[in-house]
Amino acid sequence: MDQTSLDKLPKGFKSIGSDFGTDQTAFKGVNWGKAMMWIFLLSDTFIFSCFLISYMKGRASTVVEWPNPSEVFALNFMGVPVPLLLIAIMTFVLITSSGTMALAVKYGYERNKKMCGWFILFTALGGLTFVGMQAFEWSKLIHEGVRPWENPFGAHQFGSFFFMITGFHGTHVSIGVIFLCIFARKVFRGDFDTGKRGYFTTMKSDYVSIEILGLYWHFVDLVWVFIFAFFYLW
Amino acid sequence: MTDNLNKEKQTTTHKIGIYLWIWALLFVLSFCSYMVDWFQFQGLLRWTLIVTFMLLKAGLIMAFFMHLFWERYALVNVLLWPMTAIVCFVVLMAAEGKYTVFTRLVYFVLGS
Repeated sequence: MDQTSLDKLPKGFKSIGSDFGTDQTAFKGVNWGKAMMWIFLLSDTFIFSCFLISYMKGRASTVVEWPNPSEVFALNFMGVPVPLLLIAIMTFVLITSSGTMALAVKYGYERNKKMCGWFILFTALGGLTFVGMQAFEWSKLIHEGVRPWENPFGAHQFGSFFFMITGFHGTHVSIGVIFLCIFARKVFRGDFDTGKRGYFTTMKSDYVSIEILGLYWHFVDLVWVFIFAFFYLW
Repeated sequence: MTDNLNKEKQTTTHKIGIYLWIWALLFVLSFCSYMVDWFQFQGLLRWTLIVTFMLLKAGLIMAFFMHLFWERYALVNVLLWPMTAIVCFVVLMAAEGKYTVFTRLVYFVLGS
């Protein structure tokens, strides 16, 4: 649906009823792949919510003191323990990669092949850096004796929640990096300019795929915002 | 053809400035939430600040990076209303957690 016919449709809250009341498409002007990605992200939201809620319940119901995150995740910098240093850097790296992804989507829609591809690669680089720092954090904590069933800092549940939540998020980042690399190759090859048919889907490539990929990547950043707030800062 | 392309451009891309602004704001907000830990604010002040910065960041990412601000209300509402279910779940489990810790204190700590 192009913009002129979209403009003729009702606006505001009235549009909800009229959009759902029409036949064929409820989400006007939204590519079907984009709608599907949103539905997937909604289900993923529920998975991460369940993890964070179980963490909240576990932490609220233990009678043993919870490990102090700003001490557990402190990093020695020139002999001084700086609280949450690595976590803060990881947060900034992920936000940066989110920003470059937003620019990649923008350049994709402007059909600027080179800029789009390079920004996707920058994003992948940010994601890789993030996963690398997470691997460092995990091995550091494992060396200090943190296990899913016990840890030297306090309540035993800490380890299982930590590995489960950050591990699941790290898996999302890793999968995102793989897809970013695949799509960077597609962009540089010019698939989206020529409308080359996809290998698996046999459908014509379009720059809207970059926006869909971007939605996933921003979602990974979004989840980290919540993990950072609830797990590391709380 | 060029007319058509231009029209498409107007609908799907936005000025680069808006992305850079949001980006900068996200950096500032992240820095602020890190400062909450740095200065070791405790209690209610800490929780309000953390949640405020978190919700602001999440809102900015969803509205501008994920383009929800420019989507039609049908999609926005389908995505945001289910969040009320999560809020209900949080409230229920917070109450459940209080109850569990109460029974543990009564039967394990005081009872032993």
